[in-house]
Amino acid sequence: MVLQGQEVRLADTITVNGTAYPIPDDPRVSLLDFLRQHIGLTGTKKGCDHGQCGACTVLVNGVRINSCLTLATMHDGDDVTTIEGLGTPEEPSALQRAFVEHDGYQCGYCTPGQICSATAMLEEIAAGWPSDASETLNGKVRLSSEEIRERMSGNLCRCGAYANIVAAIEDVAAGDRS
Amino acid sequence: MTVHFKQDEPDNSNRLDGMKQGVLGKPMPRIEGLAKVTGTAPYAAEYPVENCAEGVLVTATITRGEVTSIDRKSVLSMPGVIAVIDDEKLCTRAAQGTANEAPMQGPAQVCYWGQPIALVVAKTFEQARDAAKHLNVEYRVEEGAPLDPGEVEPEEQEDETVHQGDLAHAMAEAAHSIDVTYTTKGHASAAMEPHAAIAEWDGHKLTVHASLQMLNYNITELADALDMEEDDVRLISRYVGGGFGSKLGISEEVVAAALAAKQVGRPVRVVQSRQQVFQTVMRRSETTQRLRLAADDNGKLVGFGHEALVSNLPGESFAEPVLQSSHFLYGGENRELMLNVARIHRMTAGSVRAPGEAVGMPALESAMDVLAEKVGIDPVELRLRNIPEDDPEEGLPFSSHKLAECLKQGAQAFGWENGPRKPRQRREGEWWIGIGMASAARVHNVSEAKARVTLKADGTALVETDMTDIGTGTYTILAQIAGEMLGLDPKRVLVELGDTRHPRGPGSGGSWGAASIGSAVYVACKAIREELATKIGTSEDKLELNEGRTPTGESLTDLLEGKDLAREGHYEPGDIEDDYTASGFGAFFAEVRVNHYTGETRVDRMLGAFGFGRVLNAKTARSQCIGGITWSIGLALTEALEFDPRDGHLVNCDLAEYHVPVHRDVPDLDVVLVEERDGAASPIQAKGIGELGMCGGAAAIANAIYNACGARLYDYPMTPDRVLAGMPD
Repeated sequence: MVLQGQEVRLADTITVNGTAYPIPDDPRVSLLDFLRQHIGLTGTKKGCDHGQCGACTVLVNGVRINSCLTLATMHDGDDVTTIEGLGTPEEPSALQRAFVEHDGYQCGYCTPGQICSATAMLEEIAAGWPSDASETLNGKVRLSSEEIRERMSGNLCRCGAYANIVAAIEDVAAGDRS
Repeated sequence: MTVHFKQDEPDNSNRLDGMKQGVLGKPMPRIEGLAKVTGTAPYAAEYPVENCAEGVLVTATITRGEVTSIDRKSVLSMPGVIAVIDDEKLCTRAAQGTANEAPMQGPAQVCYWGQPIALVVAKTFEQARDAAKHLNVEYRVEEGAPLDPGEVEPEEQEDETVHQGDLAHAMAEAAHSIDVTYTTKGHASAAMEPHAAIAEWDGHKLTVHASLQMLNYNITELADALDMEEDDVRLISRYVGGGFGSKLGISEEVVAAALAAKQVGRPVRVVQSRQQVFQTVMRRSETTQRLRLAADDNGKLVGFGHEALVSNLPGESFAEPVLQSSHFLYGGENRELMLNVARIHRMTAGSVRAPGEAVGMPALESAMDVLAEKVGIDPVELRLRNIPEDDPEEGLPFSSHKLAECLKQGAQAFGWENGPRKPRQRREGEWWIGIGMASAARVHNVSEAKARVTLKADGTALVETDMTDIGTGTYTILAQIAGEMLGLDPKRVLVELGDTRHPRGPGSGGSWGAASIGSAVYVACKAIREELATKIGTSEDKLELNEGRTPTGESLTDLLEGKDLAREGHYEPGDIEDDYTASGFGAFFAEVRVNHYTGETRVDRMLGAFGFGRVLNAKTARSQCIGGITWSIGLALTEALEFDPRDGHLVNCDLAEYHVPVHRDVPDLDVVLVEERDGAASPIQAKGIGELGMCGGAAAIANAIYNACGARLYDYPMTPDRVLAGMPD
């Protein structure tokens, strides 16, 4: 891969929303701080820096994680998708549109994490991953509001928009089913 | 041109109802919504600033005493470290809401465990954090700092004291009386965005991007802290990631960033860690509350007593105003109210969403449930029988009063069954099921506010004020008010907030934001309408504007003849503040499940009915209500600050140990908006709604717990251990 005119090995870069970036020198840099401070993608939020609030949720190779709980240097060659990669003000994703319509936020600070989390969460349900709210550990998972609430419980919203967030996710999930 | 309107009389003209655009009150999505959902809305720490250094606060590990030495050399040789700042101007506490002056300064004096004492600045965040951990600090400890509110002689807040009639006699003589004591634990705002600031100097001019609720006060507080002129300070808070009171006044990182940036000669960013936010900003005081209620045979109150003990640090004027709504919510001619403050060395107590009623109402409304059972009447009926005609202490008329309507409409929407109630009537497997209700009340405040509205020559409008939107919907309601008044689609109204270069707003706090700044925009728009009316030879009250045109087809762009038309609206509450008792009212209804074996409580259904004047946006107003109800669930079941009794340090200073409600704790919530117009509340007939939704809701849950399983509890939060201990065999 060519980066800034130089040939670099894939393992020296993290790909974020389709663009490759060099891994920072300081091994202490979390993936979250790498996104916010090093490459200027501040859509991913720092709420607690300890994996307790979910505001920093991003997708790594399609799977949601708390980006504050992992170091940038551990993501050689990984493919990261942040809120900026899911949609833009001009072309928002279905979930982003639904959050606006259902007022699935207030202050907006937990919102990118909620949306990244919900994006991956719907995939997890579709793939049949069970949760504490599932009726069975085997077979198809029924997409219920309780199932959504359980799976989204790692994403805190202090404004208390939960009821609207669930409505937004259900709206998109219903659209996907139809 | 500034247009000043001081409101001495109620305005019942309801002018906004006669406008033709038809957008006010509509459930319009937020105008800044796409910026928030795509991560493009910038919060305080996210502004790109060239050559920005990073600062990390160092906090005290003693309860009371003095910093005797800070060993700079212990960190200055570490990679990237630029400076250790322990300037005497560093703030050691956050400013209280509306303080309008610098908070406590002088970091060498330690008054609570976790107090900021220095700032380490380095090239990168990782370097600054590491150095801050390694900074050697020595202290002279002052032993014996009081930590337990029960162990000190409290100070009476005399302006809260009421002695009316003879409560003791009424209690002894009444057909029914109860004397119960409740406790509530401390609470944290826990806004999702940690407190953050980026400070940048240009000569003697300072610009700070910060996360603050009330720039109109914060600029004065910051200028005072730094001994500067306000004109040399610019504060910017365009997006605030939640506040809930914790960002009312400037906090320690704002002053620290400014001092550091000056000293190191480059911009400095300081973001508090989540633990620091818990330890250094504001806690809601714990409370102990004694409720004495005396009623006649019919449940009519003849005596009302509410005494509370709260705490704060020495030197703080704030005392959790627990009795705020107790002064007027119910009648009872014999009254005793008293608020006491214990001076202890836990971190600063201050405003956390709905200061006062958030904890006063859950105690009062649970006591009312105890009384209803004793009298043998339905708890809704008990409340209906005790709504006073006028303020029972001041004798003032109410500006408006929708408690009865909220109780009735809420009961109907919820499916409340009237009549006396008995616990343990319904069980499904391991779970007891029950329902409970409570009234809601939250005093209405309105504040001086200024906003500039410019009707642009191109037929769009611009609203400018330093008012903030902390998730409340300010951007959107101001676009709606201006759109309604000027006959414009709100899409054609640009709203610029959160910059002290704009006219001073009221700040976001005390639920007064919308009514206050909305009134300033209304006043400005009305003046613009007068100018437009003159141009077409009519009067303002006859001017009809819709989609940028008059009914006779003249367009705003024609009328403006290529020139912008700007007016600054200056709203100020006058005699209306003194002539009326003004409050939002409401009612909560909850259905809970309580596990017979574990004592776990789950809220299955909850509904709130609220009357708070004109609804400016049905979508964002409802969101405020569900947010408040969500906080009610946390207050009832999980939220509690826990302090180490040995040194007063906060034990659960993070979001894993301080339990705010999560998705699965909150069911779908129902909200009934009881529309009204309150002309004595503001000229736009609106009151606040940011806090009402959590003023009493916890009692509906507590009362439902009793109804479900028979555990009558007097201590919030009602955690499984407490429920189990309170459950009958």
